[in-house]
Amino acid sequence: MAATQRRVRLVKKAGLFIGLLIGAVFAGFPVVWMASSSFKSNTEIFASPPKLITDNFSWDAYTSILTDPTKVRFFINSYVVSLSVTVLTLLIAILAAYAFSRFEFRFKKPLNMIIVSVQGVPPITLLIPYFGLMVTLGLYNTYLGLILTYMVFTLPYAIIMMTGYFNTLPKELDEAARVDGASAMGALWRILVPISIPGIVSVGIYTFMISWNEFLFALTLTRTQDMRTVPIGIQLLMGQNSYEWNQMMAMSILGCIPVLLLFLFFQRFFIGGMTAGAVKN
Amino acid sequence: MRTTRTPGAERTTAAKSLTGRLTPYGFISPTAALLFILMFVPIAMVMGYSVMDNVITNKHPEFVGLDNYVKVLTNGVLPTAVLNTAIFTIVSVIAHLVLGLLFAMMLNTKLLSNLTTGLFRVIYVLPWLFTVAIIAILWRLLLNPNGVINYVLVGLGITPTGIEWLSTPGTALLAVTFINIWAGYPFYMVSLLAGLQGIPTDLYEAAKVDGASALQQFWHMTLPQLKPIIISMSLLDVIWTSQQFALIWMTTGGGPINATEMLSTFTYKLAFSNYEFSQASASAVLLLVVSTVLAYVYARYQKARE
Repeated sequence: MAATQRRVRLVKKAGLFIGLLIGAVFAGFPVVWMASSSFKSNTEIFASPPKLITDNFSWDAYTSILTDPTKVRFFINSYVVSLSVTVLTLLIAILAAYAFSRFEFRFKKPLNMIIVSVQGVPPITLLIPYFGLMVTLGLYNTYLGLILTYMVFTLPYAIIMMTGYFNTLPKELDEAARVDGASAMGALWRILVPISIPGIVSVGIYTFMISWNEFLFALTLTRTQDMRTVPIGIQLLMGQNSYEWNQMMAMSILGCIPVLLLFLFFQRFFIGGMTAGAVKN
Repeated sequence: MRTTRTPGAERTTAAKSLTGRLTPYGFISPTAALLFILMFVPIAMVMGYSVMDNVITNKHPEFVGLDNYVKVLTNGVLPTAVLNTAIFTIVSVIAHLVLGLLFAMMLNTKLLSNLTTGLFRVIYVLPWLFTVAIIAILWRLLLNPNGVINYVLVGLGITPTGIEWLSTPGTALLAVTFINIWAGYPFYMVSLLAGLQGIPTDLYEAAKVDGASALQQFWHMTLPQLKPIIISMSLLDVIWTSQQFALIWMTTGGGPINATEMLSTFTYKLAFSNYEFSQASASAVLLLVVSTVLAYVYARYQKARE
């Protein structure tokens, strides 16, 4: 009896493991192939039969990207824009979330409704007026233009998540500080913010990912090579003198490293944060 | 004068309560300013553009009423774009949900060690960590006629020669939908996994005692418990997927011969390929209306849950 039970358990275990392996090939093979191709020479990319590990393993694709100032610039631009968006979004969102969580004021409900509903505005709807608006404001083809644009998309979500986070913290904490004579600002930055670090980290990661990955506005609101971000840079490699597949794959690997590292270090925040925002709002 | 009798006292409380009442507005003001200038002004602008004769290219545009809307709605490509967007969105959302749920349930097992499931979880999340631009390039490499996927298919005798998946009218929509499925399921998986871990285990133990089969447990316990997450995520996914632009733009550009034309690429091309900014604006306003309806349903649903 015990033996059959153990056998059933073993079969179940093996079946599950095989299922997981099949899923892993579906999910992981494309990524493995990306890495594998980045170490090949461009002539070997479509060699038949295809080889997972090339005989002529080389870092050439990486060196040619990292020694090309134009391509390095794509990365610098992406970092400057994404980090600025993250810091500014967090600052502004924390202030707004504090107001929503701890104060009563007129227009609170409608403002909250607006912030929730602007998340559904299609980017393509804003794209046409932005083109003209950015030229008028003198922000076309600048960092600031991209940064402000991305904040329109990151702020609503960040505010909703931060408000939710502040709501879970007891009001007595900051009220006690207010009674002791701290200003509203003081209570926020000295009491609330330090204990909200986990929430702030997950909002920050989400914000960074959105800006690091953005494509449509980066394509339309920048013009010169020195303002292009990584996603556009990868596309530009496609257009240039035939396809440099190995370089495109190397650039893809380099381009995903920041997000991959964020994920590996902050897995808990990542998953908790994303679901909290998407599911509970 | 009362203020002279109690110098300063009332004035300070009055000033204090005034600043007190203004404080929240101060905190909100950066957000309000940004959303006003970069959300409401542009929406008003695009609505204005949509009823004017060709803006941006024309220095003195004239009011033309609903002409642009008529032109967009009678554009021969529009029905194709609507149909493609619908197929792309519905198939993607269903597949995301099915795969996300399947993987989440496999990862939620207690049969395997935490280390094993942890490792698989990282692999399963991988597609989520790549930007759309990278995903597009990667799949162009994989789906190339001489690429590795075609090599395997030919080797297995499924096709006699390599297929140009992304540039054959009959397969292009299938191919971009498949790519989108690959790219999008981890978001569901991660949320559903969190949801599964939140279901109390004694529920399952009670069901086992009652003799419920695995299928019955799934149908009568797991699904109802996950229902709120599933509905929220599906609504969000419908909104996002129907707006997808970058993936289509970088894999097929809407081609070949409109085979993968979506509402987003259709609108983009009207503006930035044909320079019909007014018609593009009309199309953008129509998209806004559709999205607003979807967002309203989503907001209502969220509210009903509270």
